[in-house]
Amino acid sequence: MTAMIDVADAQKTFTMHLQGGIELPVVRGVTFHVNPGECVVLSGPSGAGKSSILKMIFGNYRCDSGRIGIRHRGTVIDLATAEPRQVLNIRRSTIGYVSQFLRAVPRVATIDVVAEPLIVNGVARSEAQQLAGELLHRLNIPERLWQLPPATFSGGEQQRVNIARGFISDLPILLLDEPTASLDAANRTVVVELVAEKKRQGVAMVAIVHDDEIRHLIADRIVDVTSFAAAA
Amino acid sequence: MADHDMLDNDEPLLVATSLSKSFGRIAACRDVSFALYPGEVLAIVGESGSGKSTLLQMLSGQLAPSAGHVSYRMRDGVTRDLTTLGEAERRFLFRTDWGFVHQDPAQGLRMAVSAGANVGERLMAVGWNHYGRIRDTASDWLARVEIDVARIDDAPRTYSGGMRQRLQIARNLVTEPRLVFMDEPTGGLDVSVQARLLDLLRSLVAELHLAVIIVTHDLAVARLLSHRVMVMKGGRVIETGLTDQVLDDPREPYTQLLVSSILPP
Repeated sequence: MTAMIDVADAQKTFTMHLQGGIELPVVRGVTFHVNPGECVVLSGPSGAGKSSILKMIFGNYRCDSGRIGIRHRGTVIDLATAEPRQVLNIRRSTIGYVSQFLRAVPRVATIDVVAEPLIVNGVARSEAQQLAGELLHRLNIPERLWQLPPATFSGGEQQRVNIARGFISDLPILLLDEPTASLDAANRTVVVELVAEKKRQGVAMVAIVHDDEIRHLIADRIVDVTSFAAAA
Repeated sequence: MADHDMLDNDEPLLVATSLSKSFGRIAACRDVSFALYPGEVLAIVGESGSGKSTLLQMLSGQLAPSAGHVSYRMRDGVTRDLTTLGEAERRFLFRTDWGFVHQDPAQGLRMAVSAGANVGERLMAVGWNHYGRIRDTASDWLARVEIDVARIDDAPRTYSGGMRQRLQIARNLVTEPRLVFMDEPTGGLDVSVQARLLDLLRSLVAELHLAVIIVTHDLAVARLLSHRVMVMKGGRVIETGLTDQVLDDPREPYTQLLVSSILPP
């Protein structure tokens, strides 16, 4: 078994205690795997549970049952039952997550926001900043903005900073939640190139992409989430 | 957050086992157990009266538990039960390996002596005696917490609330403690001052690889600073887990209520 991600029969239901304990089934029987160098795109209409599945693989949402097998430093760990400390270690050295929105840290310069994932893994600050600069260049963020915190940037600029931060590391798994949503054509092309480079490096990716053209360009396989729909 | 260095195979720094505290017939804290590792930031959240401050006092050896115990791995690697420490040993721990950041800086500072002396005092307590080196180190720390070094000879009673809180942090961190307790450290501050302080705390905690137990009722503070959260209600821990997990996917009715009470930004 060489899969980087191996999800088996995972299930998630929200219980809304403030709404009289309503049960909101999200997904059940989620089963798929992702090999190194492969990009699996989750498809299905809004509300089908695509983002929830991504969050379950990141350990952000807990699973009610089932298994989220993650290959971490050579051994498979079930994220669904891992200790918080282990989840944090897995996030630091195995799984990266590019969310739809940048959670900006006040006062931290853009270049450092992007360089941070490398610095926490022991890369020298100057080297990390140089790589961060190269990525920001490719994603067309002008150099005069690099020393500013991204909090005041436009939505598209923030998303590109977020993408740069997500792609800078050499983590073996990347989760991409709508990475091209608010980008123009030129920047979408850059993201497609970045995904292709990650594939060549053997990175396993799971992506949510609504744009049919982009999906066609990056997907090696498509997993239809509607088959996991839990709603009765 | 949660990007800090964390080793895979280290031992816990502090272990709480079945801690309980009753005041007469009132059970303020019931059966709390957890382990804290070096470099780990744990937030204890809950509203007033939930038992979080009582718990913090027991964890920091200021209040004797009615049942259960707290053990701490000292700098020499030996794990000691806090209740067996003598008063002198406990005070030494507080001056060297621990910090305590109070909500009200006046409780953690000496308001009438200079800022430099407030920081230097902790160094002298651990045996520093060279005036020039103490002053240089105090100056460095004032700069690190973004206090103008020109204010080193002024007493903190002449400082603003935010400056006092930053001075209290410098005083606590100057001896390079491994564990810092914080009780609502941003509690009495204006929102803009809070953001700056949180940002400063976040980078210092990461840089110094500090373990922190922070009591707060503010979930935004927990989200920004902590790796793990314990939610308390009625003296019990009702939910615990990774901070983003508990805040984004809360399970217990009370946690869902807390999370849903946050105003959107």
